[in-house]
Amino acid sequence: MPVSAAALNKCCAIWFRAEPSGVAAPLASSPNVGSNGGPQGGLRISFSGIEKRYGMRMALRGVSLEIGAGECVALVGHNGSGKTTLLKITALLARPSKGQISFSSGAAPLSTSEVKHRIGMVAHNTLVYDELTAEENLVFFAKLFDLPDPVARARRSLEPVGLARRADDMVRTFSRGMRQRLAIARALLASPQLLLFDEPAAGLDPEGQQWLGATLANLHAAGCTIVMSTHGRNETQGAVTRAIRLEGGEVTHDSGANGDPYGVLAMAAVRETAEGDAR
Amino acid sequence: MSFTHSTGTILAKELRTEFRSRELLGTTVVFVLIVIVLFSFTFNPTSSESRRFGPGLLWLAFLFAGSLMLQPSFLREQTNDTLAALRLAPIDPFSILAGKMAANFLFLLLVELILLPVFAVLYNIAILPVLGPLVLVLALGTVGLATTGTVFSAVAAQARLRELLLPLLLLPVLAPVLVASTEATAGILRDPSELSPVWLTFLTAFDIVFLTAAWLFGEYLLEE
Repeated sequence: MPVSAAALNKCCAIWFRAEPSGVAAPLASSPNVGSNGGPQGGLRISFSGIEKRYGMRMALRGVSLEIGAGECVALVGHNGSGKTTLLKITALLARPSKGQISFSSGAAPLSTSEVKHRIGMVAHNTLVYDELTAEENLVFFAKLFDLPDPVARARRSLEPVGLARRADDMVRTFSRGMRQRLAIARALLASPQLLLFDEPAAGLDPEGQQWLGATLANLHAAGCTIVMSTHGRNETQGAVTRAIRLEGGEVTHDSGANGDPYGVLAMAAVRETAEGDAR
Repeated sequence: MSFTHSTGTILAKELRTEFRSRELLGTTVVFVLIVIVLFSFTFNPTSSESRRFGPGLLWLAFLFAGSLMLQPSFLREQTNDTLAALRLAPIDPFSILAGKMAANFLFLLLVELILLPVFAVLYNIAILPVLGPLVLVLALGTVGLATTGTVFSAVAAQARLRELLLPLLLLPVLAPVLVASTEATAGILRDPSELSPVWLTFLTAFDIVFLTAAWLFGEYLLEE
């Protein structure tokens, strides 16, 4: 699904409006329009019999899934159910012990190097340097992604996440919520076609979660494929089109591409609440 | 992105973060100065003894500096899992190692150049007449130290007893570098024209072997 620069600008404008009060920054343009012209539709991912073993422990057991371009998938499950491992394998940060993962954009299969240009990830950690300023962090990663005019790109990317005024401040002085925003700006820097979020709402206050929910909805509307792991109920689940439940490294429930994800999400939330009460 | 561009970008980041805090450089310089001064007090060497034992003590001090300085190279990347961010980037994984090796080489060389005049004074050795060949030996030995140290720092950073593991892995592997560098330095101090091609060739070969191994297995070293 091709996405125009204008559509992405609009998308960023909505992020700006979704900003929690007190951190608003002037918006100039989208961070998502780059040398590759922005996310030209999402990536399609195919997992075939994925197993991952850490020593004697099986983290994933024969996971086979097809995630279509433009889907917004929520991975739910207990701690240790394999959500993060599946995200790491998708991000090419971990190799599966068995099975294969493949990516395609349109009809064309993509090589590892091509995939890396198109993935953005917000992990449980922020993946940014505390000893650098917000702008220095983004300039550094823009250079690694070989983006044109990295300084301008970094400045533009800080605006929609409400950090433009803190661009020259060290990340170590930021609150958890601000770090999470910077992590999101870093993930979106290279106009990815696939976004991976590992519990993106962790550490965010309700206002921040609302902002993140709006951001995800707009990225989904812009055509990105989104895969995120999530816990319980939160504001980030509004854009979800499909929910997959993992238990013990296996897929136990999948609402499917055209099914109702909220049944699986509600079931996960009920189980978590019940287990929380039991504890 | 070209290998040199990504390596340069990572090197620039390493230099920026270190020169901003100067934590590692400051600590290492102080530590190595203390070691050199303590050696001097312990042996109280005459000029001829200094020429015999000095090079060994000097390279031992450099080795201690290396094991202290190289530890945080990858440990720093664990704070916010920034190594994952580097691995997510579409760059040659070896450029992550190469950028860090280059930074560590420059940091170690800087420490060595600060230490050299102090060593010359305390051990009564004239280093100015032999500065050229001495810097060559220092550079070759330091490449070996930085290369192996960076590789083992990447390995040790993922282990549980990481603070203990790096010296345990590093010191035995660096024994050949220590011997070759000490012998080459001793030769220069005896007679500047005695710069041994055998030890220089040995150091060059060691550097090439470890750089090639890091290039071949870099991707696996950085994996979880």
